[in-house]
This record gives sequence, C-alpha cells and structure tokens, in this order.
Amino acid sequence: MKFLKNAWLWIDDRTGIVELLEPVMRHPVPPNTGWWYVFGSATLFVFILQVVTGIALASSYVTSTAEVYNSLQFITHEAFMGRILRGMHYFGASAMIVLIGIHMIRVFLMGSFKFPREVNWLTGAVLLLLTLGMAFTGQLLRWDQNGVWTVIVGAEQAGRTPIIGTMLAHFILAGDTVGGATLSRFFSFHVFFIPALVFGMLGSHLYLVLRNGISEPPQPGQPVDLKSYRAKYKELLHKRGVPFWPDVAWRDVAFGVIIVLVVILVAAAWGPPGLGNPPDPSIIDAYPRPDWYFLWYFAVLALIPPRLETWVILGAPLLLGVVLFVLPFIANRGERHPIRRPWAIGSVLMIVLTIGVLWRLGVLAPWSPNFAAQPLPKAVVSATSGSVYEGAQLFHQKGCEFCHTVAGYGGQRGPNLTDVGNRLTSQQMTIRIVNGGTNMPAFGGNLTPQQLEELVAFLQSLHGSY
Amino acid sequence: MNKNKQTGIPDTFSRRRFLTGLSVALGAVGAAFVGIPIIGFLFSPLLQEIPQDWRPVGAVKDFEIGKTVAISFLDASPLPWSGVTAKTAAWLRRDSEQAFTAFAINCTHLGCPVRWLGDANLFMCPCHGGVYYQDGSVAAGPPPKPLAQYQVRVRNDQVEIRTGAVPIE
Repeated sequence: MKFLKNAWLWIDDRTGIVELLEPVMRHPVPPNTGWWYVFGSATLFVFILQVVTGIALASSYVTSTAEVYNSLQFITHEAFMGRILRGMHYFGASAMIVLIGIHMIRVFLMGSFKFPREVNWLTGAVLLLLTLGMAFTGQLLRWDQNGVWTVIVGAEQAGRTPIIGTMLAHFILAGDTVGGATLSRFFSFHVFFIPALVFGMLGSHLYLVLRNGISEPPQPGQPVDLKSYRAKYKELLHKRGVPFWPDVAWRDVAFGVIIVLVVILVAAAWGPPGLGNPPDPSIIDAYPRPDWYFLWYFAVLALIPPRLETWVILGAPLLLGVVLFVLPFIANRGERHPIRRPWAIGSVLMIVLTIGVLWRLGVLAPWSPNFAAQPLPKAVVSATSGSVYEGAQLFHQKGCEFCHTVAGYGGQRGPNLTDVGNRLTSQQMTIRIVNGGTNMPAFGGNLTPQQLEELVAFLQSLHGSY
Repeated sequence: MNKNKQTGIPDTFSRRRFLTGLSVALGAVGAAFVGIPIIGFLFSPLLQEIPQDWRPVGAVKDFEIGKTVAISFLDASPLPWSGVTAKTAAWLRRDSEQAFTAFAINCTHLGCPVRWLGDANLFMCPCHGGVYYQDGSVAAGPPPKPLAQYQVRVRNDQVEIRTGAVPIE
C-alpha cells in the first residue's frame, strides 16, 4: 500500500494531475439543479459509447463495395458479440438523437442559452448539425440495398441546389453515379472528418461550460441583466455553491450509466437493423427508407406540394440554421423561467407535435403504392363470372388496387373505394378512370371499352357491406 | 524601448513584427502546399470527366416487340473493388424491329427505383407515389419531369446501351 501511495505521489508531482483536475471536479456549481441537468453529460457518454463501439466495428468492416455486405454479415452472424456490438452502435445513435433533442429543449426552455452562455448555444447548434451528419453517413455505412438508394436520394436532394447542384451531387456520390468510390468517401467522413469536427466542437462546448458555469435553475421574476448577472452568479456560487464532484456529478454518472445499460439491453433484445438485399443498384424491387429518426423528414418530402419542394429542401435547413444562430443574439436577456416565456413553450410544443405527427405518417407511408396487394378474395367480389368478376380481376391487374382500398385490401394512396357504388354514378366513374386526376394516371389509353365497362360494373357493385 | 536614431523605427518592434509576419506567412505556405493535393483529391470526381462506354445487353431477337423488360449493365470505368455496386439497371422496350427505348430506373422526383407494371402499362415509384406512362411521361404524383433515357443502338444484332451518369435535376 505504501508503495502504491508513493507511486501516486511521484506521478502527481511530475504531471500535476491533481492540480489540474481537482479545480474542475470540485468547482462550485449552483445548488438544487436536480435531474434536469443530466442530459448534456448523457449525450457525451453515449457519444463515447459510439466512438468505442465504432472503433471495434471498424476493425472488421471492409470498405470496398464488393465486400462490405459480406463483412457486415460476418460481423452480425459470425463474429463473437458482433450482433450486440452492431446493435449498441445503432441504438446508441438513436439514443444520441433523442438525448440531444431533450438536452436542447431543456436548455432552451430554461433560458440557459442567455447571457453569458450564448457561444455555448452556438457550439451546441453546430454539434447538433454534426450529429445529424453522423446519423446520415452512418446509416449509409450499413451498405445494403437500402444504403445504396439512400445515398442516391440524398444526392438528388443536394442536386436541387441552384447552380452548384449537380457538382454537389457528384461530390456526394464521389463520381457521376454510385460506385466503389462512394462508400469509401462516406467511411472517411463518418469515421475521421466529422468526428474530428465533433471533438473540436465538444472541447469548446465543455470548456465554455467550465468557464461560464452551469446556469442556476431559473426563477420567475429574476430576469438576466447583462450588467449585473456575472456578479450575482459569482455571489451565488460563493454563498451557496456546492462542489460539482460528487454532489452534482453523481446524478450525471447515474443517469449516464443507466442510459448506456438501456442501450445495451435493447441491443441484446432487439438486435441490430437487419441487412436487406445486397447493395446492387440493378435490383429494382427496393423500398428505400431512412432510419427512424429521419422518417418525419421523409413524410415532409412526400406531402409537400411539388412546386414548393426545392424551396423546402434547401430553405428549411437554412432557416433552421439561421434561427438557431440568431436566437442567443436576440433573446440573450430577460426572463429565463418558462412560465414567463409562453412563446418558448408554444414553439417547443408545436415543433415536437409537428415532428411527432410527421414521424407517425412516415412510418405508415400511406402515399407509397402497396405493391404487395393480392387479387381481391372471393368474400369481397360478389360474383364468380361475368362483368363484375372480370372487373375485379382488372382492378388488380391494372394496378388500381395498389393505390385504392376495397374492404381493407389494397393501398392508401387514393380514396377508399369500399362503398364507391353508393357515391359515384357509372358516368362519373368512367370519366375519372379515363381521365385520371391529380395523383391518378389516366387509364383511357390502357383499357379497351369492354374492360372499362367491366371495371365500372365491378365498382358499381361495391356498396360497403362485407 | 530604444529607437534607431536615424530611422526612428523602434528596434524590438520591427524585429518582432517581422518574425511574426514570417511565421504566419510560412504557416500559410505550408497549409497551401498540404491543402492543394488534399482538396484536389477530394474534389477529383468533379474535375475528372469519365468517358462513357457502350455495353451489350442482349441479342436483338431476344427482345419482344412492345414489351418492357429490366436489363442491367456495368457502369463506365468501375473501380476494381466495386463489386455489385457498379451495376446499373434500366427499363428497355423494343418499339419496332430496330428501335429501342431505354429508361433510367431513377424516378425524377428524388431518385428511387421505379417498377414497371406490365398489365397496367405504368411505371410506379415506391417512395412518394410517382407514376409514369409507358412512354416515360409523368402520369401522377410529385415527379417534375419524364423518366430520363439512356442512348441505345443496335450493332451486329446486339442491343447496346450507353452508360451514363445517375440523372440529377
């Protein structure tokens, strides 16, 4: 024991480690911060989890597009603990997005971004952007069929930029089409370039937390005043400050450990996202989808009017960036407590609700044709021969069922036709089928007069009771 | 601080200014020398023109007149380690004895692969509900333009398709 103690004293004398760390660990922080303040450190712990699981995965991952799929299969099914490692990395990414969102909302609602912590907010905004970049590039490294199409859709969106659009798209694809160079580029960005930026930003973010101190819990009736805040804060720390370690830090550690354990548990229980078809762009049957945290944006792209699309794809992120950047400049003083800031509460509620609703729609994706629709069963078709029967077969063959539902069978792109016989006359049906509509093709060139008659006969027989 | 009696420039002031300027200038030169190959390398896809190739996709007699089928071919100049990712698909229709049309499978909305429904004579996109008629023109949904086409020719009774870039807006 004496030897260990002496060894420690020697190390401390040569390196000054205690001198360096003790002020950081023991620095006084405002009392009564409670559990609201754990989300920043939780995000940090999950980030560290991502780095170490990422390093482990990278030791087996092969970045050539010819072999990457095989290496992913190997990691998932053969490598010892590979399945759970992939799961930890995937659910860790999900946890980061959730935690960074909660952390940002907490900071915003408690006015912690106000003077003197404006630059902290700005570095945090950049970290949010980088995290989304990591999420996007990371999904692609799961280079299966979905990964290939995700990169093409991403490049197409970038291609909407005026003037430099095609150049941007080619930069993303690392060429004029998706190929061997594309994956290596994303690997380099996801593993080296963006993490380097994250480390840099994280360093400044944490340094600023130490420099300005964590904000005291807000009180209504105590607005931030630029002239007096610093002195008041210093006095608060002097009179009632508690040492960060362990009085407050224990909550960060406890919550961080719980979150990491939850990630591991979920990874073990659910496993990583399954690998789809091989990354062959010539396999045409594909169903490209982003990972769950981007499904709300997928819904946005499906639902906005086509004329507005380019404006939204380019303008919305730009607007978001401007709003995030401008916030600490226009709102850096005044009341901090949310009860005195109804606009803050209102905008957070609106954003959360909007994203929530869009997310649910992104999961259901009612705008996608239902290619799996089978010919309508006998229970629904009220005839076994004749016009109505032939019409029912045409309803499937001509693709109507991919977009329309009858008695629960079919797609949801177009109106439900279960009782269309009660709503439209034969003439109205004929006009619609022949001419199409806003989101419906004109079938006039695709149906013979007899086929049209049979189809209308079938639709006229639909009265909604099954 | 002492000033040079003849020039009036303070001694330490001018030396320090010079050394600061020299360090910054050298740093900039170093960064430039390092940066040029790095940036050039990363941006090379924008600077290099990849020549396109003609790829055979089958004998003329193997394609039925009036039918649209899926074909696949290798991209131009694929990297040796590209594997299956270097393949591209297209929808090929034989219009008459010697005339073919080849559509890119990328939906003109945001690039998802469109499927051909033979009985319905429609291309349908799985992503946001875009639909095209058999001639590639937009039938419904968000796509802004008709399906892009690849050049096709017939050489020695072989149908050949010209590789091309992924159609971007």
